Amino acid sequence: MAILEVEHICKSFERTEVLKDISFSLEEGQVLSIIGSSGSGKTTLLRCLNFLERPDSGFIRVCGETLFDSGNPSSMQESEIRKKRLHFGLVFQSFNLFPQYTALGNVMLAKELLAKEQPDYKTRKKEIQEEIRVLAEELLKQMGLSDRMHNYPHQLSGGQCQRVAIARALALKPDILCFDEPTSALDPELTGEVLKVMKELAEQKTTMIIVTHEMAFARDVASHVIFMDDGYILEQGTPSQVFEHSHEERTRQFLSRFTNG
Amino acid sequence: MELMLEQMPIVIRSLNVGFLQTLKLFAVTLLGAVPLGLVIAFGSMSRFRPLSYFTKVIVWIIRGTPLMIQLLIIYYFPGLVLGTPIWGGGEAGRFLAASCSFIFNYACYFSEIYRGGIQSVPVGQEEAGLVLGMTRSQIFFKVTLLQMIKRIVPPMSNEIITLVKDTSLARIIALQEIIWAGQAFMKGSQGISGAIWPLFFTAVYYLIFSGILTVLLGRLEKKLDYFR
Repeated sequence: MAILEVEHICKSFERTEVLKDISFSLEEGQVLSIIGSSGSGKTTLLRCLNFLERPDSGFIRVCGETLFDSGNPSSMQESEIRKKRLHFGLVFQSFNLFPQYTALGNVMLAKELLAKEQPDYKTRKKEIQEEIRVLAEELLKQMGLSDRMHNYPHQLSGGQCQRVAIARALALKPDILCFDEPTSALDPELTGEVLKVMKELAEQKTTMIIVTHEMAFARDVASHVIFMDDGYILEQGTPSQVFEHSHEERTRQFLSRFTNG
Repeated sequence: MELMLEQMPIVIRSLNVGFLQTLKLFAVTLLGAVPLGLVIAFGSMSRFRPLSYFTKVIVWIIRGTPLMIQLLIIYYFPGLVLGTPIWGGGEAGRFLAASCSFIFNYACYFSEIYRGGIQSVPVGQEEAGLVLGMTRSQIFFKVTLLQMIKRIVPPMSNEIITLVKDTSLARIIALQEIIWAGQAFMKGSQGISGAIWPLFFTAVYYLIFSGILTVLLGRLEKKLDYFR
């Protein structure tokens, strides 16, 4: 069964329609790459999945649980939304690390706050905090940052910041990890180190949705590719279907700039 | 000069008593206005329009009129116009009225500084918190607040140092702060009369105190330098 089902999502800002009838599904352990030109609605789609925007209509289901149903207003209450968000992790283009916490602190913070809601938190406080610390250290190690754990974000390079942000999202063990142009703010060298850890995550069968302009990466790492244009999904399929055997003229036109460039 | 030296111990003792009252008013105002300012800031940023308009009008009135007038109105209006003196008599009543005026006045100024500080924290910080399943209050206290404090220390230092000197306005309702104590020697107090130098000498107290505050606030600014 699909881990994520998105049906007929529409979203407008004022009079501009940004998403027009978006439907797709994603299997567990798969990587979905979303490509398309700027302004095609890719970022808005990710923000809808993370409840940073509220779709005007449509349906979102994760692991068989309905997260959003425009026909059912009770699915949109603030307190409910907070729990639903935890199905998704989101890595931002601009990292958005918390500057007053170390790398380790960034990874631990949300998990610690959530742990406080556990009924046995008071009795097992030390133990729980230790577990969270160990988990956070492991994640940072996995991101190749074992010697940077106690640095503050401003002491880290962009690539290091983005890897901390990935560790921070992973700490909450989301079902689906989303990336919103994770390397667009980085130079080519730093881009490489971030793409490398993302590739490792894909090899470990992490379910991911990646909005990216790195076409070669999208093709290599994805099991499924969506090409968006002007708020529509114009084309979707396996990487070879979309990249090498695209049906639509617009897709070929978009991709030609990357293959020829 | 010789006379001055002779008068010095008496004057200092009296000014110290007055300065204690100044310090008390300063401390009470800060303690009250710092949190009240935050409440007013949230009011003016509220998405509930009537509340934000109401708050903005209040801030406009308080910032748009002299603190001295506010002091006079708050102290005299209930008793003289409404016939219900709420402040009680004597120095305690004057101190209460002065504290209320100062707290409210300074809270309005602080609220605008807070608003600027909160709004200068990038919206991505809040979004990152939301995506990590944090509640809005967790985001404010664990993420936004310290970044806001870092940004507002310089303008707050300015206001706090202004407050040190503004406490002298309480003289207008005869609160016995340091200006009042200094001025008393002109009319005659403790065997000294017609002396104006004690009034001038009060400036030294203000200067030393604001010097200490400048150093302390500078240290706070340094302390928050560990992040950007």
